[in-house]
Amino acid sequence: MSAKTDVRTYTGFRFMTILCLVVLYAPLIVVTVYSFNASRSLTVWEGLSLRWYAEVFVGPESAKFKQAALNSFSIALIAATLATAIATAAATAIVRGGKFRLRTPSLGLITLPIMVPEIVLAVATLIFFNSVGFTRGYMTILVAHIAFCIPFAYLPIQARMQGIEDTYEHAAMDLYATRAQAFRRILLPLMMPGIISGFLLAFIVSLDDFIITNFVKGAGVETLPTAIFGSVKQGLKPNIMAISTMLLGFSIVMVTLSYFASKRNNTQ
Amino acid sequence: MNSSAELAVDVRNAVKRYGDFTALQQISLGIRDNEFFTLLGPSGCGKTTLLRMIAGFEDVTEGGIFLFGDEIENLPPHKRPVNTVFQNYALFPHMSVLENVGFGLEMKGSSRKEAAKRAGEMLELVQLSQFAGRKPAQLSGGQQQRVALARALAPSPKVLLLDEPLSALDLKLRKAMQIELKHIQRETGITFIFVTHDQEEALTMSDRIAVMSAGELQQLGDARAIYEKPRNMFVADFIGDTNLLEVSVDKVTNGRAECRISGNHALSCDAVDGVDVGARVHLSIRPERLLLSDQGIEGSSLKGTVAENIYIGTDITTIMDVDGGPKITVRTSNTERGNKRIFEPGSRAYVNMETGAARLLVD
Ligand SMILES: Nc1ncnc2c1ncn2[C@@H]1O[C@H](COP(=O)(O)OP(=O)(O)OP(=O)(O)O)[C@@H](O)[C@H]1O
Ligand SMILES: [Mg+2]
Repeated sequence: MSAKTDVRTYTGFRFMTILCLVVLYAPLIVVTVYSFNASRSLTVWEGLSLRWYAEVFVGPESAKFKQAALNSFSIALIAATLATAIATAAATAIVRGGKFRLRTPSLGLITLPIMVPEIVLAVATLIFFNSVGFTRGYMTILVAHIAFCIPFAYLPIQARMQGIEDTYEHAAMDLYATRAQAFRRILLPLMMPGIISGFLLAFIVSLDDFIITNFVKGAGVETLPTAIFGSVKQGLKPNIMAISTMLLGFSIVMVTLSYFASKRNNTQ
Repeated sequence: MNSSAELAVDVRNAVKRYGDFTALQQISLGIRDNEFFTLLGPSGCGKTTLLRMIAGFEDVTEGGIFLFGDEIENLPPHKRPVNTVFQNYALFPHMSVLENVGFGLEMKGSSRKEAAKRAGEMLELVQLSQFAGRKPAQLSGGQQQRVALARALAPSPKVLLLDEPLSALDLKLRKAMQIELKHIQRETGITFIFVTHDQEEALTMSDRIAVMSAGELQQLGDARAIYEKPRNMFVADFIGDTNLLEVSVDKVTNGRAECRISGNHALSCDAVDGVDVGARVHLSIRPERLLLSDQGIEGSSLKGTVAENIYIGTDITTIMDVDGGPKITVRTSNTERGNKRIFEPGSRAYVNMETGAARLLVD
């Protein structure tokens, strides 16, 4: 790239970059720092302390948060697992199924939910549950999460699969492997980085979801996001910052894992 | 069972169509057991398609394929006792070399241990034992090629299909592998069906060659027959270098045809079926079967002027301008034997054909 067209030479480039980074990350930093504040105040720093973390685990609201965390993590785990399995099957059919008639529509239908406003999905899902007469609760959250996690799990899996030539499966079948054996011994291991990456993405999306969950959860069943929201409505306390910081840390770990999974090469 | 039982692979009137494009038209081929058989033809002529039909990855639109007398159309690829060395090798990238080679045996029901043992032996055969633990990406192209060969041979197939396995190798390695492949084929007695678009490779290696073009079988025969008795223009032109001269037939008597080329030169040669007086046909004459001389021979000579001499090491190629006629290429081997003299450019000379050197081609 010549120096003239290098984006870094544009007037205000440095300023815009810094502004964007500040807007994006300053709130996160503030929350993280103040979660270690000894004071009850949200704005005045009074020294380092872990008291709000202790409060989360043993304080008056700890039972509620523990239950919410348990719900959140179990739902995320089950939803991500099932969504990944469904997405893997779908990707296999769409990428490897030859040119069947409904291929393009299938691909569209599977990825469309990512582009639909979440509030629309939330309302639609609620109406659906009502019309089939499901009682709202843990199960309705789980079913909704499985559904909206599928496209997120699907995209990295499909991307990975498109990069795998089908001559490998042909070679396997030529060497006496049945279709199922070729899938299990050849295609699946080669797809694994995409599958792990899809699973982690689905897990994060499920863990983080608020809007749909809030619509379809029954009274008394909370996930972490809805519990935090409920708590904040009664007034902001530093223990929320502690929970948020822990969630943030967890997300960073997951995203990092996902990144390395997608980069991982099991062929070297 | 009929006579086709001795044939390893019997392709009968096979047609392959993709939509309204015909990739193979009415191919019939009998490939004998223990034979090194080559499918030769230019890019896009349908060689891979035919191999894939034998391996089971493409269905046969019309006609049938028989393996040792049994129709295999309804057998899926994993039930056919046929293994393939793929054009791009298709080694499993996540498995070690040893696991790759043992894969077929494992799928056939051997235990992991047995498979590994036999795979080890196969790697010895292709001299790659020290690379058993590596992944394919850590091997050179030539080594990958040999792993692919060992992998396909390990389950002892009845027929081995090789799709241009040497095309990615440099010339030297290629020549070495040609000899090694031929050697392995003799050693194992497995029927090889070898695909190439390199006519020299085909001539060197094969017991018999099928020359294909545009989805059609042009000629089937051993190297000598294909080179010396090409059946048509395509084969004559595709295999080796040749002079193709347009001639008109004056007379056909006692199996000899008297022909005339532009410039009013007369040439006589063996007649072939379908040649009639007055027909405009072609003569194919190999450059190495022509001699330059001061003296002509009645009915076997063309007179002209030397245009150019090209030195190519083993041979000297001379381009002649035939009086009133076409250019013709003469190849003289670069030896002192026989007192061959070099005709300098501009000098006059006769081009004499050896007996039987000219071959009439009807189409
Ligand atoms: N799936 C397909 N659909 C349509 N046409 C095809 C298909 N596969 C092959 N063809 C056509 O069939 C013809 C023969 O192809 P094939 O791959 O057998 O050629 P080839 O002789 O192996 O050539 P090369 O030496 O380049 O490998 C080509 O014209 C090709 O375009
Ligand atoms: Mg090919």
